[in-house]
Amino acid sequence: MRYRVRAHFRETHDVVTVVLDPAEEPVPVPRPGQFCMLWLPGVGESAISLSGRSHPDEPLVHTVRAVGPVTAALCALGVGDEVGVRGPFGRDFGLDDPDLDGADLAIVAGGLGLAPLRPVLYRVLDERDRFGEVTLLVGARAPEELLYPDELERWSRSGAVAVFQTVDRAWPNWPHEVGVVTQLVPLLRGRVDRTWAFVCGPELMMRYAARSLVGRGIRPERVLVSLERNMQCGFGLCGHCQLGPFFVCHDGPVLEWSRVESLMAVRER
Amino acid sequence: MARDGFCLDLEPPTGEAAVVGRDALDALIAVLRADGYEVIGPVRRDGVIALAPVTTLGDLPTGWGDEQQPGHYRLVGRDDDALFGYAVGPHSWKAELFPPRADLYEVRRSGSGGFEVQASPPDDRPRAFLGVRACEVAALAVQDRVFLEGATRDPVYARRRAQAVVIAVDCGDPSSSCFCASMGTGPRVTGGFDLALTELATGDALVVRVGSDRGAALLARIPHRTPTRDELDASREVSRSAEQLLRRRLDTTGLRELLVAEVEHAEWDAVAERCLACGNCTSVCPTCFCSSVEEVTDLAGERAVRRRSWASCFSQQFSYLNGGTARAGIGARYRQWLSHKLSTWFDQYGTSGCVGCGRCITWCPVGIDLTREVVALRTRPSSATAVGMSLAEEL
Repeated sequence: MRYRVRAHFRETHDVVTVVLDPAEEPVPVPRPGQFCMLWLPGVGESAISLSGRSHPDEPLVHTVRAVGPVTAALCALGVGDEVGVRGPFGRDFGLDDPDLDGADLAIVAGGLGLAPLRPVLYRVLDERDRFGEVTLLVGARAPEELLYPDELERWSRSGAVAVFQTVDRAWPNWPHEVGVVTQLVPLLRGRVDRTWAFVCGPELMMRYAARSLVGRGIRPERVLVSLERNMQCGFGLCGHCQLGPFFVCHDGPVLEWSRVESLMAVRER
Repeated sequence: MARDGFCLDLEPPTGEAAVVGRDALDALIAVLRADGYEVIGPVRRDGVIALAPVTTLGDLPTGWGDEQQPGHYRLVGRDDDALFGYAVGPHSWKAELFPPRADLYEVRRSGSGGFEVQASPPDDRPRAFLGVRACEVAALAVQDRVFLEGATRDPVYARRRAQAVVIAVDCGDPSSSCFCASMGTGPRVTGGFDLALTELATGDALVVRVGSDRGAALLARIPHRTPTRDELDASREVSRSAEQLLRRRLDTTGLRELLVAEVEHAEWDAVAERCLACGNCTSVCPTCFCSSVEEVTDLAGERAVRRRSWASCFSQQFSYLNGGTARAGIGARYRQWLSHKLSTWFDQYGTSGCVGCGRCITWCPVGIDLTREVVALRTRPSSATAVGMSLAEEL
């Protein structure tokens, strides 16, 4: 489906958020954790998670890091340019699950991993009474690499979410933590026996974070990680995104740690 | 080697049997062509038995056989004039149903920053497959699971498959690479065909088994007669003696679990020393289904075609991820391929992805033989770390 760029924001030196309006019949509304294939004719396609609100009245919002030719071209889009959108694809974070009623939430993001988790936060804030304690742990390489710093401050000030931030390298006067995001896990609020965790970030970070969350007593089937592989078709046919028995584009990207731990323990799997 | 359900059970044929002569087979080709089918069958081309359009029985490689070993394929003249006296060649029917290249849609620039998309016209000629071996009938059933019953139904495959007429042939002279009996897929065709032929050792008679209404209707239009008891016995004897010629074995006992357990076996490093990551095995495999879509643009950049092509998990770009690649080492890629074929395929499609055709063995330029790789994986002790690495080492 053709979409048109309404607006774009530079988030960091290589990350851009694009806001897209449908130029024809829109795609179904992606749920938090799902992704779309963004297509630039003549350049190619890239799988990008929803980073905006999951709502029929809202535009489609995606946050893209310029890594290869397609993502670089997506980051260079101007207002009014057209983009092809296929999707949404994949398994989402399952926020509709009634098992989450009354749950404490641990949302753990590393780097660009905050982008697919932002729709989770929007939804949680919209239904704040449905949940117990909500903690957001955010890690990035450096302060200037942190996504959505204004929103982080706003969420933190509102008191609705306990937000803890950390960076690998800090400036002088950096008011938050220094170190890897896993070190923040002891700061989680709530009770581990009713905590659900949503984790997204680089694979190594997710592995440590998931182990640390499970080590703290959270059940491994309640630790949901959002995986990344080479998603091309989006519907489990082209084969590129396989991880063991899973087509990550179709069976994932969100999968329970209990189902992927052994796969992620093996290098180059 | 038990037929333990490692591969799919096929719908057994319902119809009866008949005997036809070679002239009737020629008539069958003519009947199919008159009905608008492109008949694809075995031909001798480029030093191999290839699959290509045929117009008469004369196009078939009469009197030719083959000699196959790991990394070795030669055509040899037979001392009879058998029509089907060879095993499978490098081509499989996969190419007819899941074309190596297919244009999906075309896009043109329009105005400032906009574009228009149009679906490319599909190539939907009806096709008839002449000379489909038992392992290949099994491979079609596997591909049906992948393309018709998997996560998504593939429209190109679905259209072509629904039209395809399958005229199977029982193997009388399997190659040394074949291990269909181990996989429970051959050498005798047991289902999944419209008509199945057995070329009898003597004379020009072929026993025909009817596997579908479509097959019965075709048989009715060519000269045929009722088989004698001796002819039916002779037909079964062709398969019995073929089975005795099958020397290669793959022990499927606990194979799924083996591939899960042995992810860190030293053999993955050992095979990486030999594997060239050329992707020949995935090209010749009748069930490998991975594909990539490329944008093919004209010089002015005004027009682009989205083209789907076969892809191989042996290429480095296959698992491209964030400027890198998930499976950088060749050992990890071989492990992915073999584990998928023999183990995770079950998780995805409820069947083995290997049907025992032996093509990957013959067409591997360095003769890597998956049956021997499985033997190596069964051999203990496995090393503590091959491709795998402990968390501590990464820090």
